[in-house]
This record gives sequence, structure tokens and C-alpha cells, in this order.
Amino acid sequence: MNFMASKQPENSLLGPESDSQRTLYPYVTGTSVVALKYKDGILMAADMGGSYGSTLRYKSVERMKPIGKHSLLGASGEISDFQEILRYLDELILYDNMWDDGNSLGPKEVHNYLTRVMYNRRNKFNPLWNSLVLGGVKNGQKYLGTVSMIGVNFEDNHVATGFGNHLARPILRQEWHENLSFEDGVRLLEKCMRVLLYRDRSAVNKLQIAKITEDGVTISQPYSLKTYWEFSAFENPAQGAIGSW
Amino acid sequence: MDLDMNVNAPHSMGTTIIGVTYNGGVVLGADSRTSTGMYVANRASDKITQLTDNVYVCRSGSAADSQIVSDYVRYFLHQHTIQLGQPATVKVAANLIRLLSYNNKNMLQTGLIVGGWDKYEGGKIYGIPLGGTLIEQPFAIGGSGSSYLYGFFDQAWKEGMTKEEAEQLVVKAVSLAIARDGASGGVVRTVVINSDGVTRNFYPGDKLQLWHDELEPQHSLLDILNAPSPEPMNI
Repeated sequence: MNFMASKQPENSLLGPESDSQRTLYPYVTGTSVVALKYKDGILMAADMGGSYGSTLRYKSVERMKPIGKHSLLGASGEISDFQEILRYLDELILYDNMWDDGNSLGPKEVHNYLTRVMYNRRNKFNPLWNSLVLGGVKNGQKYLGTVSMIGVNFEDNHVATGFGNHLARPILRQEWHENLSFEDGVRLLEKCMRVLLYRDRSAVNKLQIAKITEDGVTISQPYSLKTYWEFSAFENPAQGAIGSW
Repeated sequence: MDLDMNVNAPHSMGTTIIGVTYNGGVVLGADSRTSTGMYVANRASDKITQLTDNVYVCRSGSAADSQIVSDYVRYFLHQHTIQLGQPATVKVAANLIRLLSYNNKNMLQTGLIVGGWDKYEGGKIYGIPLGGTLIEQPFAIGGSGSSYLYGFFDQAWKEGMTKEEAEQLVVKAVSLAIARDGASGGVVRTVVINSDGVTRNFYPGDKLQLWHDELEPQHSLLDILNAPSPEPMNI
């Protein structure tokens, strides 16, 4: 019988928690990803920021990557976990190609794989700290889905992660319609990204828009959006009430 | 409390570390302060550590963690070089660091900057912050002192600098960070890596440029008192 309880340090690997590691919190994070279905396929937008807490530390991070021939993956959340997911998918696509049977994994299959990975990690209390957007076209069928770090997954005509859910989805609900042209789709995404730039503290003004159609994936060069500040109400906000903001 | 200096706190390198590419190679720079709590355990540490003949790493964060990670990676790279039959590339070194940092993210507390030169890609800098993200950059800053350098680099960094410009930039930056970050101090060390090889440089604290509110160091007050008084004005 123990009269003196032995004290273990907090980070000890002895005892029942020795086998498991848990991701406690993210370090370098990406913010919203927004995507929509349009006439020829999927359009997806994400800025190129990698935040380190409140510091906008990295400004050239590519948060959208092509997967195989038919899919495009966008991610928000911890960048190191996104990089690891890309490695898992590399292996998945490699093995798929090695069958050499003329078949290739479509977006639906890749989305399902990601869902299983995310959910199983969540069950072990060691999540990959990301929200993912997976879009693609195969055999004329457009697909757009999303998975969160706890394994919540669904498909829709337009999806977003993080702040995008609060700021971009309402705009998309109003203005999205079937068979958007490429130009209309890009303008709609840019409208969403501009709002995010105004209202999301972790947004940076350098973004890419990616397109995926039956023909393949194109990711645009990085570019910046113009912003509007010349409202008369902005120029002198305290006019009507001195001392106000 | 004055006396409670916590001399048994884990050794951490407050640190300022920098890696910069220029046309022909890279320049790595760092301060030299290692602190345990408030006490400076080593005022002349060497935070720029060799991994191979052509790849070095700047270490920040926990001294123990960064040392053990460098040791493992040096060991793996040595074996890799034997098997490959030629010098390892900077990218491979960076990826090995990333592997250890990512897979042990819950236990490690170290941010690293890998820099070097290889015949395929020339000079390259890779940043590997907490968490194990791998990010290739034209220049990288890290450590607690780097907070004071984001604005400086936004303004002063230029593509295609010469070796001399790049090294001057690094020395100036580390020196500025030392001026404001209590966790950084001592000397500025730089390592220049290019096709010709590796050069180590040493800039002692008292040889650095003076910044705002800093005074020229004197041997003694007596020298000031005994100094000849200035000439009277001639009207």
C-alpha cells in the first residue's frame, strides 16, 4: 500500500497515456477556402497566408494542390498536417496508378478516403487539424465536398471553411445558380474573398483561384484584390458624434 | 522576486536566427545567447550547426531539443551521403528535419532554419517552425528576436543581392534584434555557404553599429572626466 503517492511529471510517457499522442493546438495555420460548382467544373479560391498565432508570418503558402488527374484539394488549418495529408494522398494515387488498369481515383473516392482518415484520427483524439475542400470532375460528373477535423463531411454546390462559412456562404446562397460561366464564377469567388479580406483578421491580400474541369487542374498565379475605402462615412466617422468610433 | 531567478529552468535559446539567399548561395546568421530563465547560461553559444559539408542549420527554442534533432539529422545525412555517393541536397536535409519535427510535434519545442548549397538547386533556405511545417523561402527569420525584424525585412530585403550585401543585411538585422530582445544577445555569428565552400564569420558585440539610445562603450568614467574639454566657440 502506498502512503506517499509517487508524482510523475506532466509530460511523462509512463502510465496509461504512454502510447497515445494528441495534437493539442495548431501552430502555422491557413484561413478560409471557398469553392463552388460552375458550368464546366469546380472553382476554388484560397489566400496564400500562413499565420503563426496573430502574426501573418508566411505569405506565399499554396493551400490548394491537384490530386491525381481529377481532383483538387484545398485546406485550412495546420499547414504541417496538410503537408502530411498530401503525402498520404501521394501514396494513395501511386498505388492506384500501379494497378495500371486504366482506372483512376475520382474526387468522390478521394473525398471518402480523406473522410475516413480524418474521422479515425479524431477517434484516437489525435486529429489532423484541418478543414478540407475536395473538388473535381470525372466523366462529366462534378463533385464538391468538404471534411472537417472531426470527420464531419458533406457535399454541396458551394462550400467554405472557417470564416468562409459565416461570410462567404450567405453570399453564395443568394447569388449562386446552376451553370455559372467561368467569368461569373470567378467574380463571385472574388466577391467572397474581398469580404473575407475586409473582415477576417488572418486573411492576407494574395490569393489564388483554381479551376478543375474534365480537362484537368489549373491554379492561377498569385494576385491581389483591390479594396474600397472611400466611403464618406469612413472618412469622418466621428462627425455625428464626437468621440465615437 | 530578485532572488528567484529560476536557474533550473530549461535551457532555452531566446534567440534571433536568420537565413538569406543571395545570387550564388546563402548566408545564415544568429545571436549567441542561451538563457535559463533570467540567467544567461552561455553568452557565446554557436547556434549555427553543421549537418554536412554544404548544409547548416540555425537553431532556436529549446537548446536540448534543437541539439538532439541536429544530431540525429547529421547522423542520418552521413549515412545517406555514403549510400548516395555524393553530397546530400539541402532539400533532403530539410525534409529530415521536418520528419523529426512533425512526428514529435507534441514533445519538441524548436524552430529551425536549414540553409545550404548544392549543385542542383544552388543556395536554398528552408524554414521549419513549431509544428513541423516545411516552407522554402528566399529568406527566413526565427526565434524570439525575429518579432522585431518582420517590418525591417519587409523594407530591406531585395532579390538578387551580392554576398557582401546579404551578409551586411544579416549582421544588421541580428544586431537590431539583439538591441530590443532580452532573450537575444552576445555576438553575431554568420556562415556563408556557396559553391566555393563555407566561411564562418564572427562579429563581437562591441564592434556592432550603435542604435537608438545606445552609447559608445567606454573603459571607465574616469576617461570621460579626464578627457580634454571642448574648444570654446569663436564668434
